[in-house]
Amino acid sequence: MSFEFILFIFFSLIAAVSAVIMITRPNPVMSAIFLIINFFSIAGLYLILHAQFISIVQIIVYAGAIMVLFLFVLMLLNAKSEKDILSGKNKIKIFAVVIAGLVFAQIAYLIFFSSPGKALSPDVAASIKAGTVEQIGKELYTNYLLPFEAAGFLLLASTIGALVLAKKHFD
Amino acid sequence: MNIIPIEYYLVLSAFMFAVGITGVLIRKNAIVVFMCIELMLNSANLALVTFSSYLGNAAGQVFVFFVMTVAAAESAVGLAIIIAIFRNKLTVNIDEINIFKW
Amino acid sequence: MIDYIYLTVLLPLIGFLINGIFGHKIKNEKIIGIIGSSTVGVSFLVALASFFQMLSLPVDQRKHVVELFSWLSAGGLNIKFAYLVDQLSIVMALIVTGVGFLIHVYSIGYMHADKSFWRFFAYLNLFIFAMMNLILGDNFVVLFLGWEGVGLCSYLLIGFWYDRKFEKGTTSQAAKKAFVVNRIGDFGFLLGMFLIYLTFDSLNFQEVFSKAELFPISGTVYGFIALFLFIGATGKSAQIPLFVWLPDAMAGPTPVSALIHAATMVTAGVYMVARCSIIFASAPAIMTVIAIVGLLTAFFAATVGLVQNDIKKVLAYSTVSQLGYMFLAMGVGAFSAGIFHVMTHAFFKALLFLGAGSIIHAMHDQQDIQHYGGLKKYMPKTYITFVIAALAISGFPGLSGFFSKDEILWNAYAHGSVLLWAVGILTALMTAFYMFRLLFLTFFGKERFSHDLHPHESPAVMTVPLIILAVLSVVGGYIGLPAVFSGENGNLFESWLSPIFSSAERRLEVYGSHGHFEEILLMMISVAAALGSIYLAYYIYTKKPEIASKTSRKFSKLYRLLLNKYYVDEVYEATIVQPLQKGSEKILWKIADNKIIDGTVNGAASLIDKTAALIRRFQTGFTQFYAFIMMVGIAIALFWIILSF
Repeated sequence: MSFEFILFIFFSLIAAVSAVIMITRPNPVMSAIFLIINFFSIAGLYLILHAQFISIVQIIVYAGAIMVLFLFVLMLLNAKSEKDILSGKNKIKIFAVVIAGLVFAQIAYLIFFSSPGKALSPDVAASIKAGTVEQIGKELYTNYLLPFEAAGFLLLASTIGALVLAKKHFD
Repeated sequence: MNIIPIEYYLVLSAFMFAVGITGVLIRKNAIVVFMCIELMLNSANLALVTFSSYLGNAAGQVFVFFVMTVAAAESAVGLAIIIAIFRNKLTVNIDEINIFKW
Repeated sequence: MIDYIYLTVLLPLIGFLINGIFGHKIKNEKIIGIIGSSTVGVSFLVALASFFQMLSLPVDQRKHVVELFSWLSAGGLNIKFAYLVDQLSIVMALIVTGVGFLIHVYSIGYMHADKSFWRFFAYLNLFIFAMMNLILGDNFVVLFLGWEGVGLCSYLLIGFWYDRKFEKGTTSQAAKKAFVVNRIGDFGFLLGMFLIYLTFDSLNFQEVFSKAELFPISGTVYGFIALFLFIGATGKSAQIPLFVWLPDAMAGPTPVSALIHAATMVTAGVYMVARCSIIFASAPAIMTVIAIVGLLTAFFAATVGLVQNDIKKVLAYSTVSQLGYMFLAMGVGAFSAGIFHVMTHAFFKALLFLGAGSIIHAMHDQQDIQHYGGLKKYMPKTYITFVIAALAISGFPGLSGFFSKDEILWNAYAHGSVLLWAVGILTALMTAFYMFRLLFLTFFGKERFSHDLHPHESPAVMTVPLIILAVLSVVGGYIGLPAVFSGENGNLFESWLSPIFSSAERRLEVYGSHGHFEEILLMMISVAAALGSIYLAYYIYTKKPEIASKTSRKFSKLYRLLLNKYYVDEVYEATIVQPLQKGSEKILWKIADNKIIDGTVNGAASLIDKTAALIRRFQTGFTQFYAFIMMVGIAIALFWIILSF
């Protein structure tokens, strides 16, 4: 058991458990907090995978910016807790769990049946190099320049759109 | 050498995806449903980063970067819509927001 | 100048566009009239110049094809928009533009103060445009364009006074009748065209006729082509059985009757038969049919003309009768004689109609000759020109009608039979009688109109065209002087046209062997008949008017039959129109349209409506339901991937 593996077990357990807790909390604020925990653990997994840049962005953008936005909205709307979240009276809840389990089983079956690990011979040096800010920056400004610019435009558009939608009325 | 098999990551990703599905289907609070969608997006991101790392190719991580951008834009607009709906109907319970029907 | 022949077509079109688009803004009658007339006048000058140029060329170089553009091109079919200028079309072009110009000028006076003055001139110009296309077209399609175009203009002009009453109905009904009856003929013409394309693989005149010349005579195909074309001609040229529209066409203004329903459009059928002479010559049976139909039309129309009281009705039946003569000429293979009669008839019949228009104008729209009388002293110019025209149509020696009509009768005798000639003479006799009955009742005798009417001579703009036409009616015959009189030069008109008809005449072998003595004898007989009936008319209608009423009372049944035009309209109404109308209403409308077509359409709509009502239940509006369905879809897709692994 290498240190790496122990870290993987640690983070993946946190990720899985926090995800389950997140969907079962009646209070939306608690859900949000557990989702943040989940994001942090995934950031840790990214680090194990040598994806330094993505890991940091995950914390800054997702855990930091997006989730704070969610919490702000929750605060503004003062949403109530869902009382009957686990009572299971509703038939659709059973169906939901069944269909989600089915999809999970199918994907897991595909993963183990195709066993991509055999075909891949991991190259640690290459993967360390791929995850650096330098490498991703190069990619973004050369091969993916146009999508990058488009993404910037998309963010601008969504900023304006959010403003227009959230504003009460226009004068 | 990585000694963690790639399958472990992928199964974790699949599990998180399935949890996200369950959340989307059972929760009534529109904001929580939104969070569950973020969870599903993250599970997909994890799979992408895993493959990127195992292949030593930065393309997957660039893609994750774009997914994050879109997620940010989407949550901004989505939350604005939820606020707009709340202002009209005084609720964020998606069972009560069923005006998109015949 | 021949290369600019398209100007004769283009100028009236320009006149139509100017008057049609800006006419209601111009308002000034003089400007509108000058635009309308001058375009046609210049067209006439162009045609005249082309004619003189043609005259200066040797005979074998007189045919010109002026190609304008490629019109239709689909597969093997290639229709060029081209004009054919040859001896036949130039003669027709001169008649149409020349007489047309005079009538345009006349109309300036006649239509004075009409509220739609500009519309009238626009339609007239459009008519000249269409008629010139008909005449000059180098293929059947351009001819058909003109053929339909003149039909349209005829419809528009008959119904020109659409708010006026006409006989039992309205002018629009008369216009509709003309249009529908013409459509029947047009359908025959169209079938003929299809058959020509099928047989000769072309619609170009030159190609079709040269092929027809080479092809061995195989009766049935030519027979059917000729028959269908002739059906087209009966529609346009008012022959039995499709003549019923022409008397009703008198609902239009009188210049229209003169231009369209006497001088030009109704002769289109004659022109078409002459143009396709080789095809008709190849179908001798149909030639006989044409001769008989023409003669019967001439005879029956003349008998009806004897008793009509409406001045324009008399002239209308006279036109039908004269058209019958032309078809008689066609039927016996005397094509150039027929065209000659087209020309002289255009002169004197246009003159008669314009004179009638002048009288109607003076009598404030009174058209019944019973209420005329003694007009001689009020309108001397009209009177003199009218007398000349009546003498011409009656075949008075030395006037144009005499030469053309006698040529036809002579040909009917020489190439047909004595019977044809005899009926022809009888018709000529009746023609002279009813024309002079009209003349004497109008200009002589007691004044039978109320005295608050003050008849007056028409203005110069109307009388000058009358005088010009009168001159033409007198001298027009001398270009077609029979060989008997002109000696070694022969018949000028005939030799001018002979290149057009030579192949047809060769096929018919019509070079007769009758002597000059016979010709002169026959001429004497017809002159005697004409003079005799003129005297008879003079005697009855000026000396002893009571004879007329006595005779009509004695033969009251016959009189009623003639007065009611053999009840042809009523018979058509009962046998064709009514069953069609009833059938359309009961079967086509009530069942086929309402039940089958509407039922199908409504059924399709309600099927979609009901299916949609069923399907829309899936649209619950619950977001999570949609998400659930989506997940089920993902699961199914994954199953498919697993199975195809």
